[in-house]
Amino acid sequence: MDNLLSIVTFTPALAALILAIFLRGDDEAANRNAKWVAMFATSATFLVSLFILFGFDRNDTGFQFVEETTWIMGLTYKMGVDGISVLFVMLTTFMMPLVIAASWDVNTRVKEYMIAFLLLETLMLGVFIALDLVLFYLFFEAGLIPMFLIIGIWGGANRIYASFKFFLYTFLGSVLMLVAMVGMYADAGTTDIEALLSHNFAFESFSLLGVQIVGGLQTLLFLAFFASFAVKMPMWPVHTWLPDAHVQAPTAGSVVLAAILLKLGGYGFIRFSIPMFPVGSEVMTPLVLWMSAIAIVYTSLVALVQEDMKKLIAYSSVAHMGFVTMGIFAANQQGIDGAIFQMLSHGFISGALFLCVGVIYDRMHTREIDAYGGLVNRMPAYALIFMLFTMANVGLPGTSGFVGEFLTLMAVFQVNTWVALVATSGVIFSAAYALWLYRRVVMGDLIKESLKSITDMTRRERAIFAPLVVMTLLLGVYPALILDVIGPSVAALVDQYDTALAAAEAATQVASN
Amino acid sequence: MAADLTIILPEILLACFAMLGLIMAVYTSKDGMASPLLWATSAVFLAIAVWIGFTGAGTNVAFNGMFVDDAFSRFAKVTILVSAAAVLLMSEGYMSSRGLLRFEYPMLVALAAVGMMMMVSAGDLMALYMGLELQSLALYVVASLRRDSVKSTEAGLKYFVLGALSSGLLLYGASLVYGYTGTTLFSGIVEVASEGASLGLLFGLVFLMAGFAFKVSAVPFHMWTPDVYEGSPTPVTAFFATAPKVAAMALFARVMHDAFGGAIADWQQVMALLAVLSMFLGAFAAIGQTNIKRLMAFSSIAHMGYALMGLAAGTVLGVQAMLIYMAIYVTMNVGTFAFILMMEKDGQPVTDINALRLYHRQEPAKALAMLVLLFSLAGVPPFLGFFGKLYVLRAAYEGGLEWLAIAGVVASVIGAYYYLRIVFFMYFGDTQEEGLNGGKSPVLWGMLMASAVLMFVSILPVINMFGVESAAAAAATVLVN
Repeated sequence: MDNLLSIVTFTPALAALILAIFLRGDDEAANRNAKWVAMFATSATFLVSLFILFGFDRNDTGFQFVEETTWIMGLTYKMGVDGISVLFVMLTTFMMPLVIAASWDVNTRVKEYMIAFLLLETLMLGVFIALDLVLFYLFFEAGLIPMFLIIGIWGGANRIYASFKFFLYTFLGSVLMLVAMVGMYADAGTTDIEALLSHNFAFESFSLLGVQIVGGLQTLLFLAFFASFAVKMPMWPVHTWLPDAHVQAPTAGSVVLAAILLKLGGYGFIRFSIPMFPVGSEVMTPLVLWMSAIAIVYTSLVALVQEDMKKLIAYSSVAHMGFVTMGIFAANQQGIDGAIFQMLSHGFISGALFLCVGVIYDRMHTREIDAYGGLVNRMPAYALIFMLFTMANVGLPGTSGFVGEFLTLMAVFQVNTWVALVATSGVIFSAAYALWLYRRVVMGDLIKESLKSITDMTRRERAIFAPLVVMTLLLGVYPALILDVIGPSVAALVDQYDTALAAAEAATQVASN
Repeated sequence: MAADLTIILPEILLACFAMLGLIMAVYTSKDGMASPLLWATSAVFLAIAVWIGFTGAGTNVAFNGMFVDDAFSRFAKVTILVSAAAVLLMSEGYMSSRGLLRFEYPMLVALAAVGMMMMVSAGDLMALYMGLELQSLALYVVASLRRDSVKSTEAGLKYFVLGALSSGLLLYGASLVYGYTGTTLFSGIVEVASEGASLGLLFGLVFLMAGFAFKVSAVPFHMWTPDVYEGSPTPVTAFFATAPKVAAMALFARVMHDAFGGAIADWQQVMALLAVLSMFLGAFAAIGQTNIKRLMAFSSIAHMGYALMGLAAGTVLGVQAMLIYMAIYVTMNVGTFAFILMMEKDGQPVTDINALRLYHRQEPAKALAMLVLLFSLAGVPPFLGFFGKLYVLRAAYEGGLEWLAIAGVVASVIGAYYYLRIVFFMYFGDTQEEGLNGGKSPVLWGMLMASAVLMFVSILPVINMFGVESAAAAAATVLVN
């Protein structure tokens, strides 16, 4: 299995191609076939990806399963995973069958819908696996196309605005990164990520248009990448596309967006910004930390006043991503461990929360919080599951949400106590909006006439939630499952970061003497 | 002398073919010959393209340096001929169903092609002007091919008047250059220019550039483009958007490098300014368009901006990037115009993009192909258009024009908006009006599909852009030294 990673990446795309070419007709049977092909393909991808997980040597901090062949334009087609990316690959392959299962009730243009999701899976996997700058960019950017179509075709009432905003916002961020990539190629003479990780980009300060750029080229490159990843993350204040996109996207689209697409930004920071531009990162760390702290508090407060459930969860996602950026830029072992952990756990929790919204949206066709109340009377199983994920979202110990938040807070406390103080207050706010949402939707008496006949979750819906419940609880009580895998790679990363900073410090000392 | 004639044989044969065709048609069934002549012209184009592409080697100079046959001119000629052949094939159905299929049409295109081949091979200001005018005069006539349409005649007249003005500018520049260097040969000019260009020579250079900028429709010499694109019959618009653009761009590169290669610093900033203005005006002005032909006019202005960005770098990589960009641009435009030609309702051509509402319900395959082309035009990976952009960005960045690269990507985001708007009409609309019907032409359908498939197949390592990249590299190395 020399090209295991390519097989995993392109299996969904192959299934999409098969659907596009061979599936004809628009009747009930064709739709069912499309669903089953998609289900089969994503499940197969997950099963094959297990070979990556079990074949992965967790003590090796380098890239594994590496494939390399020449590509066009002097670029290389290079794939590989290390401790940082392997679990994101697993997260993607794990979530996609659930996403397909959650779309079982879609009945408009089912074939195209399934093709879009299958292509999206290939592109997301490619982002985590690619080890060539241009290849990475290709997957990163191409993912916009299926997501744009998913929001625009299968979305809600205001989907046009949301899809355009989503596309143009993220596109603008990404093209600046493209220029930076061209710059890196010009400087290092290679687009190989492995080689770039050990390349030292210049950090001598210079002045540009009368502005003194501390950290020189590294800071500029950092800012260009930051433009892309901060939008993708999304960080305050460039998060405004996310609530729109989430609200208008179909349920499965929201799940993919929250569970996987939001992780691309964090992954990018860990893969590119921190190790490749250590000096630039250090220069910008205070800014990023404060942006994160503001994001946590501000978006938590905004979430408090939302009337639309999806919007509320979207804002809570922004807040949780604030913990991630905070952890990454604390740049110590706990911080980056915690950030990766938080991203993976947020993948399960936010995915599940959007599915929870989807369950009642399918029944009542509204996401207004006011339209609900007292659901516990008719839907006990739903109430239980929704409670579990609400608690996980709050970060209750025993759920996976706690571990990530705790690790990142602990990390940032060592670096910047004030930021830690502000961010911790965000934990309280998150409890407030999450519990209040739960109270308004689930608790109380069932007085609304329209809800009197609502039914509890079907067997299919329960089956979708089961793996998510297991993962959330398992990781909450035994976080070593993740930390053992990512630990060595993160340790190597932090070590490299500190060494690079020390070297830069020494070089500046020499230069000033 | 005999050797000179051998070098220029493809041009001679094509010119003879055009004249023979004219005589034959006049003395036989006139317009009845139009259709076979059109097919014959396409076939001749392709045959000459294959001949030039596969047999040429090295650099051959004819007529004391006035005519240059090198890898660069061969690359441009093959691109020109192949795209002209494709556009001619696409135009048959449209022209004949509207009574526009006259025998002069393929012959004028053939003469324009001879002119374009002269342009890209010019080694002298006189040869340059000869080729340029032959091409332009033929194009003025085809623009107003639909004689009974006000818009078409207006397009032809506008094109002619403004084209004459630009030729005047160009001639004035050429005379200044001749006055200050004492020669019209590029090889002579470059020697004088490298020693430091005098003020008069600089004036000449700037006038020359203004003339070329008009031909490639770069801002601020772009005003004719939307009107001519809109007024001309659609197949003619398709032709304008492809082969002449390649020829003008190649000529631009040849003069800048062969004649003013030693004075790069003098023209680099002008070129960069043309590029940045074109990219932004093309991006902004297209936003408000609802006529797809006008929209494509602004889109082509923006694309010329990117190609000029490659030229502005003033390096081998820059010329190579420009050539690759133009080849990709032509491929995308052939497909896009095949789609536009198929837009008709009850036999009448439709150019309003509102008519595309929910088009994908009627024609899923065509809508999907157009979707691919639109994303490729916007420069979104993984499609071929992205690689073209990546190439010119690299060239600009490594040529020391980082600001231009940044401006280019920002403009591409703005430009993405109007391409997305067409996607929006085709896929997201909710109200379905009387949609399009008809447009069932196997040739057009084939062109559209072929071009869309090329957008992602070409980047596979086995295909490797059909060797365009290495051919462009060879061409650029010959030109820049």
